[in-house]
Amino acid sequence: MLKRTDYLTRTYGKPQGWTLGVYERDLDGYQVARRVLTTMTREQVVEEAKKANIRGRGGAGFPMGVKWSFMPRASSGTASGAGVPGAKPHYLVVNADEGEPGTHKDRTLMEENPHACIEGCIIGCYGIGAHIAYIYVRDELHLAKARLEGAIREARLKGYLGKTPFGKDHAIEVHVHSGAGAYICGEETSMLNSLEGRRGEPRMKPPFPANAGAFGCPTTVNNLETLAVVPTAFGMGCEAFSKLSLLHSIGDGGVRLYGVNGHVKKGAIVELAVGPTLNELIYDVGGGVQGDRGILCVIPGGSSTPILRPEELVKAPDPKSPLHPYDGKSVFDVPLGVETMRLCGTMLGTCCVTVIAQGTDPVWCLQNLMQFYTHESCGQCTPCREGSAWLLRVTTKLLDGQASRAELDGLHDIANGIMGNTICAFGEGTAMPALAFIQKFRPELEACVRGERPRDKAVLSVEPWQ
Amino acid sequence: MPFALSPDRERKLQEMVGRYPTKMALTLPLLHLCQEQAGYVSDDAILFVSQRLDLPTSHVKGVVTFYTLFNQHPVGKHQVWVCRTLPCALRGAYDVIEHCEKRLGIHCGETTADGKVTLRTAECLASCGTAPMMQVDKDYHENLTRERVDAILKDLTDS
Repeated sequence: MLKRTDYLTRTYGKPQGWTLGVYERDLDGYQVARRVLTTMTREQVVEEAKKANIRGRGGAGFPMGVKWSFMPRASSGTASGAGVPGAKPHYLVVNADEGEPGTHKDRTLMEENPHACIEGCIIGCYGIGAHIAYIYVRDELHLAKARLEGAIREARLKGYLGKTPFGKDHAIEVHVHSGAGAYICGEETSMLNSLEGRRGEPRMKPPFPANAGAFGCPTTVNNLETLAVVPTAFGMGCEAFSKLSLLHSIGDGGVRLYGVNGHVKKGAIVELAVGPTLNELIYDVGGGVQGDRGILCVIPGGSSTPILRPEELVKAPDPKSPLHPYDGKSVFDVPLGVETMRLCGTMLGTCCVTVIAQGTDPVWCLQNLMQFYTHESCGQCTPCREGSAWLLRVTTKLLDGQASRAELDGLHDIANGIMGNTICAFGEGTAMPALAFIQKFRPELEACVRGERPRDKAVLSVEPWQ
Repeated sequence: MPFALSPDRERKLQEMVGRYPTKMALTLPLLHLCQEQAGYVSDDAILFVSQRLDLPTSHVKGVVTFYTLFNQHPVGKHQVWVCRTLPCALRGAYDVIEHCEKRLGIHCGETTADGKVTLRTAECLASCGTAPMMQVDKDYHENLTRERVDAILKDLTDS
């Protein structure tokens, strides 16, 4: 059942909801950061954060507290002498380069509740021993950047940021850094290169950012929503926060933003306890499918996550499997969590579901996505640069009815040739959705080869645009 | 002609200097300032950035050519970006694009003859829940209807 909450979204839609006044009035703004900085040690913050079971909200789902604990203990201190002499400074880099097709949640946070992001940065900086946080925002989001900068100004005037936030001798500054229109800069090491003023090409790992990140110093990269929810978690106690989730028992805690888009009656972003099902999101949040059609497939969490079809059933006969209670049911009735979606053969990603109605041409959907990946491949690794372009060429030929059987079979090889052969996960992000479409829409693709799906009959939208 | 920042942008640059431990980190912010001033990043601007930040011009050029949003050539007075990626496409983005092309009499990637509007497609602009959408200069326009697009384009071409 849907469990709606409003810890993050209470300020949404309110007059001046993005200002400090509203944040302090409606959400007890900055009280949690004050308590954390004045009463807890850095180690206590990390231990507490682990209990929240916040899985990274950017798509990979790595536990936030564990990531914080990777940071070295020694960090260089403030001018007044705290910290360890000779140690390198630490940095917090906040990933707000939201650009995965189908993902539209972080933007609402920056525009409607920027102070939660800043308060999260303060606690995050303290927890990892950093004095500077850079929020890397994609350049297109001008309103979001202005709201964040306004929030930083307000917080600094009040003394929540600066040399001694809340009187604590731990200087914290937050800066907004603009990207310049490259999806790949959402990949953490690419983001670090971009922040340093370089081309946004991902780095080889190791070294991991916790050892050598921004400017060669220990760095934690967290998604913006991950940090924005931190004040809520610390405010109620991290364990209590984790228990809000329906999937608390499998280490997936708290509340998060869920979105629906595509062929639904009402696209939306809502805050829910972790664990709603696809059906609940589509019908209760999205108001159902446009034209009351059936569903062809959904992309569960951003275009890189493999599609799911409603007729797919859960196979989990093992009573130890977290999916066992759903054995034999549709994957659309499984609670959306990091582990549950992995066991369904896809990924939770960013929790923003793209719904594709029956009657839509799946080949065109695939071709559209491949256009995106071809455009956005940074070009550093050959399998990704060439592979994405080949996938686009072949899917375009399929769509035009010009592809041969051999080319259709070749799609599979091309996609497999990218998997695991690139520096960053963009390669998998391209290949996984392609493989899922190839596997789940094989009859449609074969019909393209036989010339039975003319291009002029292909449709993408349910309702005519007017 | 040598490139120089206007005094207000020079001030903005000075405000940002202390934020980063290296000069190189100012590459993107400074390029944004240059583009804001001139509409695109010229070779003179690249030379200016490289001299200000003590970087080889090849580094700066490499950065400019990597990022989609840095224009390497002059563009129109207004920038129209229509999102074409799947969630928007499912809700009529291709119709929006076609409509804009017809109204402006140009193809995507081109600028109107009077130099007022450059029309381009964009890859996902993080507004999927309110598709179809387009960005005009710094503003987002969401839940687009034909009527709305007409009004937006009229404002631009009349300006």
